[in-house]
Amino acid sequence: MTFVEEYPDDAKLIRACFAVSFGALGIGGLFGLIQALHRTGVFQGFVSSSDYYTVLTGHGVLLALVFTTFFIAGFFVWAVTRSLEQSIAGRLAWTWFWLMMVGTVLAAVAILAGFVPGLGISADVLFTFYAPMAAHPIFYIGAALIIVGSWIAGANYFLAYRRWRAAHPDERIPLQTFMVLTTFLMWYLSSAGVAVEVVVFLIPWSLGLIQTVDPLLTRTLFWYFGHPVVYFWLLPAYVVWYTILPKLSGGRLLSDPLARVVFVLFLLLSTPTGFHHQYLDPGIAEGFKFVAMTNTMFLLLPSLMTAFTVVASMEHGARQRGGKGYVSWLRSLPWDEPAFVGIALSGLMFAAGGFSGMVNAGLNLNYLIHNTIWVPGHFHLTVGTAFALTAMAVTYWLFPQISGKRLQLKTAALVQPYLWFFGMTLMSNAMHRAGLAGVPRRTAEPMYPDTPGVVFEGVVGGIGEMRLQIAIGGTLLFVSLCLFLAVIGATWLAPRGGTLDVNGVIPEPLSGAEAAPRVLDNLWLWTAIAVVLVALTYGIPLWAWIVDGVLTPGSPPIPV
Amino acid sequence: MEVHRYERLWIAASLLIVVAWIGTVTWGAVGPPGIQMIDDAGGTVDAGAIADSDYGATDTFREPGVYQVSENHYAVYVVARQFEFEPGSAAAIEVPAGSRVTLYVTSPDVIHGFSVVGTNVNAMVIPGQVTQMTVDFEEPATHGIVCNEYCGAGHHTMAGTIEVVPADEFEGGDAA
Repeated sequence: MTFVEEYPDDAKLIRACFAVSFGALGIGGLFGLIQALHRTGVFQGFVSSSDYYTVLTGHGVLLALVFTTFFIAGFFVWAVTRSLEQSIAGRLAWTWFWLMMVGTVLAAVAILAGFVPGLGISADVLFTFYAPMAAHPIFYIGAALIIVGSWIAGANYFLAYRRWRAAHPDERIPLQTFMVLTTFLMWYLSSAGVAVEVVVFLIPWSLGLIQTVDPLLTRTLFWYFGHPVVYFWLLPAYVVWYTILPKLSGGRLLSDPLARVVFVLFLLLSTPTGFHHQYLDPGIAEGFKFVAMTNTMFLLLPSLMTAFTVVASMEHGARQRGGKGYVSWLRSLPWDEPAFVGIALSGLMFAAGGFSGMVNAGLNLNYLIHNTIWVPGHFHLTVGTAFALTAMAVTYWLFPQISGKRLQLKTAALVQPYLWFFGMTLMSNAMHRAGLAGVPRRTAEPMYPDTPGVVFEGVVGGIGEMRLQIAIGGTLLFVSLCLFLAVIGATWLAPRGGTLDVNGVIPEPLSGAEAAPRVLDNLWLWTAIAVVLVALTYGIPLWAWIVDGVLTPGSPPIPV
Repeated sequence: MEVHRYERLWIAASLLIVVAWIGTVTWGAVGPPGIQMIDDAGGTVDAGAIADSDYGATDTFREPGVYQVSENHYAVYVVARQFEFEPGSAAAIEVPAGSRVTLYVTSPDVIHGFSVVGTNVNAMVIPGQVTQMTVDFEEPATHGIVCNEYCGAGHHTMAGTIEVVPADEFEGGDAA
């Protein structure tokens, strides 16, 4: 039986989440194309340079917050329902869906109103919305509702787990549910920071209820959330890489216990790292930055372990399909299956993104690339490919199962991930190199022709060549995105029925859950250790800023 | 729990890389390179006083300009505001070659960046905080400064210049 026949209510909920998610992806992607052409000087006719920042805010919020959160919430409904074998769609589920939806509409209205000067509503504050730059209050309220909605989605998963546990007192937590729960424990711990920032400080401040906020304190609360949020995006991709990719490769996962170890490490280490986004901030002693640096470096471990498992599981699958040799087994993988291709290529790009991330995390190297276009070059490999391309690719596999419809336009679906990979290779390599030359990020016109002394010298290649690669790469990515939307749109409109090419059966790992130490499933223990690590990292600096006055040194809102 | 021998090797190599990375950063910070980093040395300041140009009201910041501290050491106070550096944008910051320069930068409005293009002199400027950094300018040169943190609709126009002039041509250093 397919998922949609067994759990029709859950399938409907997932489809609703995906519809919002992919709608945001389409608009956010269009904004990305406008940026790629505008800031490279290829075509600046879409918007003025001051409206560029409205586009940039929309790109960041729609993709990093809306596309991701709705996709993750829907995908996790599938993972929990499938692995616990119980429906979780009900009143609670639709409550969080609609809360997130209202939040999305409010935030989007606040941002898009920036294109219409007469309205007096603006939220050109970018995805990071640093105070004292102030957006319209409905922007903050919308963002808060999206976060609160995601918390209720988490409660939905935990309540399902509690029901399952009552009926299965001695069983190991099914792997996918284990991954969902650890991801959400990390998310609760880390998103508390942005919730305090927005609800306690920015909303009252933007409404005039309090006069000032402390820009360094609110910024620190943002980054307390702003780094772990990248793992909130990444871990769902890991769920795919650990539990679905081995099957698509023709084999099975190597080790269930090590998968659990990896997710526990992310729960422990994701949050006490946020200061690595503030290496260049005044007001923070170097020691706190150093601690965040070491925590960040140790986070490499679970990702490197994942790299091993992903490659080894693919090799296992290839050998089941008749692959031979040290590297020629690669040829035996299903390179004509869009879901496999997209997931495999996104894993490869994530490896490159991991290496540039190590440079970002280097306390002293960071000075060379901080706030240069190197940084978006990095995260378009991670969230922009490891997450986004994995999400698109797994949808090719999942959507037929939640809709009961065969995947349409299969050729377009197959071209899409290759095109994404090629476009991102052009765009990202050029962004990294331009960043090394000092070209800033987040700017409509990065060249400063009238200022003496501003000269960007490429280490490899020239600035003109890099700008061209960014423009061409961005265009190819947008074409790839359109192919994805066309495939999903055509599939959505196709009639139900016929045999699906895919099924949701996931083979047991080679080394199963019974081999995993029971302590791995002790979620209370890991949560407690994670909280202690956060207290050790953030306790002293936050306490010092709070006792010197929560709202001082203070700044009034500066409207944008 | 059984871990495959190859995977044990992989994990050991991974840990080695992690420790090696931490080692290089530590070496760069406290070893021979001694890379100076931004910390809380600059202290805090009332952003309202900076906005009113009431520099006498603060003890961590002075009237913007270049001050001589000792024979080869200069202090430069810079206000970064929407959308200019003072000094830097309307008139270049002028310092002599072969000098050590301590920059103090703050903002009266929103968060800005202070990046000297093509170097690792790069810092955030946050209202209420004074960003302090010390730089050695060895050779005469013209350096560009750009604001690399989005600060509003005119962000892309916010830039400036540091002129490092031959020591015998330098005539500034007495902003007070």
